[in-house]
Amino acid sequence: MAKFANSLSRRANTLLNWFDDRLPVSSFWNTVMTGYMAPKNFNFWYYMGSLALLVLVIQIFSGILLAMHYKPSAQEAFASVEYIMRDVDWGWLIRYMHTTGASFFFILIYLHMFRSLLYGSHKAPRELLWVFGMFIYVALMAEAFLGYILPWGQMSYWGAQVIINLFGAIPKIGEPLTQWIRGDYFISDATLNRFFALHVIAVPLALLGLVLLHLVALRENGSNNPDGIEIKKNKDANGKPLDGIPFHPYYTVKDIFGVGMFLILFSFILFFWPEAGGMFLEHDNFVPADAMVTPIHIKPVWYFTPFYAILKAVPDKLMGVVMMGASVAILFFLPWLDRSPVKSIRYKGLWYKVLLTLFTIAFVRLGLLGMAEGTPAQTWEMRIWTFVYFMFFVLLFFMSPGGKTKPEPDRVTH
Amino acid sequence: MKKLAIILFLAVLLLPLSSITVSAAGGEGVEHSGANIEDTASLQRGAKWYVNYCMGCHSIKYMRYNRMAQDLDLSEDLVMDNLVFSNAKFADTMDIAMLPDQAKAWFGKTPPDLSLIGRSRGADWLYSYLKGFYKDENGEWNNTLLPNLSMPNVLWSLQGIQTPIYRQETSADGFTQEVIDHFELTTPGTQSPQEFEETARDIAAFLEYVGEPAKLKRKGVGVWVILFLVLFTFIAYLLKAEYWRDVH
Repeated sequence: MAKFANSLSRRANTLLNWFDDRLPVSSFWNTVMTGYMAPKNFNFWYYMGSLALLVLVIQIFSGILLAMHYKPSAQEAFASVEYIMRDVDWGWLIRYMHTTGASFFFILIYLHMFRSLLYGSHKAPRELLWVFGMFIYVALMAEAFLGYILPWGQMSYWGAQVIINLFGAIPKIGEPLTQWIRGDYFISDATLNRFFALHVIAVPLALLGLVLLHLVALRENGSNNPDGIEIKKNKDANGKPLDGIPFHPYYTVKDIFGVGMFLILFSFILFFWPEAGGMFLEHDNFVPADAMVTPIHIKPVWYFTPFYAILKAVPDKLMGVVMMGASVAILFFLPWLDRSPVKSIRYKGLWYKVLLTLFTIAFVRLGLLGMAEGTPAQTWEMRIWTFVYFMFFVLLFFMSPGGKTKPEPDRVTH
Repeated sequence: MKKLAIILFLAVLLLPLSSITVSAAGGEGVEHSGANIEDTASLQRGAKWYVNYCMGCHSIKYMRYNRMAQDLDLSEDLVMDNLVFSNAKFADTMDIAMLPDQAKAWFGKTPPDLSLIGRSRGADWLYSYLKGFYKDENGEWNNTLLPNLSMPNVLWSLQGIQTPIYRQETSADGFTQEVIDHFELTTPGTQSPQEFEETARDIAAFLEYVGEPAKLKRKGVGVWVILFLVLFTFIAYLLKAEYWRDVH
């Protein structure tokens, strides 16, 4: 038996050598997995990145299967989704994987971004890593918006109507621009067709490219950590960081555990609560699109509502669109707005803890208000939180250089 | 510091209750139906009521007879003899012969297909809607959930006829208006009020099932998926703990 195992492993080695002579298999594995030293003090927040990657795979896999049965035509789209839900074997599972995955993608990305606000992962030398991440986020928003029209329900139709009309606020070119986007005078078959093409090919390709850039930029400087100090500053005689451990096997096994925990939660929603009370699948979207009947309450899916609330908070349409755009755009500049000498919230003063808490409340409140019907009192509340949202960045810029800090430790803490 | 953070975090969670009234899927006037799609007998009765009283006008065109038979424990013969009134085949969808244009001419509005009404409105709304028909002062059919609707109360022979008893109500800004206080059963139907509640509940449950037939299956599958994942995660945890012993 031992002899057999021996010969098998020898053969496997020969095969690997054959490949290594032709393709850098082993050296690539060594560089990015076993030879890559990651800080040993990662906590809960550091699961989000690998989980987001997992959800990307789930979305691509379930998306391919959906595209085999879905019909991107205004006449057939709604019925083809119901065909998937009823007549395709396990079609309901494929569709719920995709709809649950869409919302979880945003949950993970928001937590992933929040992690950066906590530990300063966007700060030098990781500015580009953050900027690529922001491009991923914007691409993801585009992907979600394009995909939402595909079921061709009332919310698909009227949600798209509202968002596309926002471009109409741009002076002069606004009207022709909306027509160019729709490919028609109103949202129609032509719009659905092009949104389908963009949703299944164009944006996913861009997403994959950006994810690759994000990962390459990550490996270049290595991960930040909850203490926000560079582990490369303390190396042993062999040049290995004292607080670093090989990504494989330590973080691969840890991430597999994270995957298990995540999939339990994911499956719970998918199998027992796929509509999430109208948050993941909106009730009105089970009514077929009807250009003649405007729903009483049009609102985007939950992951867009903070920005939608900012849009609604501003009385002027053009200014609202500008503010909404600015609320996303300003995030790109975070690495240069945060001028604090330390990275992690652990060594920043109380001022930052207060700012970040207010910002978090503002974001969540705007999200909730964006879903609500919009009474005058709510509009005023939206204005307050919009102000708080933007003030976070302004105050961060002015307070971070001189704000109180605590001394950073030399080595990571546990 | 930790305490402050927790208090502020709780503020985020609790604030919505005070200033935002989140309108639930149901809204005002919607009663709890108690509809249960796991109750096959209830779904069978619901199917019978639906096919006899509703399907004259309202198709459920995404539902197939054979799928319904399978899920509701009905035999092909039973379905073909009792629930199919057209020349539809067993594997056909539960569509209707009435043309949309005709329907519009007769009712002023094409009766919508109800395949997904259980998902857009929910069982509680449907139950309350079916119970909410009354004859108003003009002698017209009206409904508490859809005022001035174009649909007559097709279940009136079962339910009887309700007439509203009004009361005066003054709103905060001094407006006085008449609101319905309660109903009086002026003409009794063939069913008692309790029996009719069950009928409404059965139809609501049936439509909830029709909205998503996979619902019967997915929970059962989900239990096994999650059990597997719990086992997987436990083993993954042991593996992680084993590797990480030399880090700590």
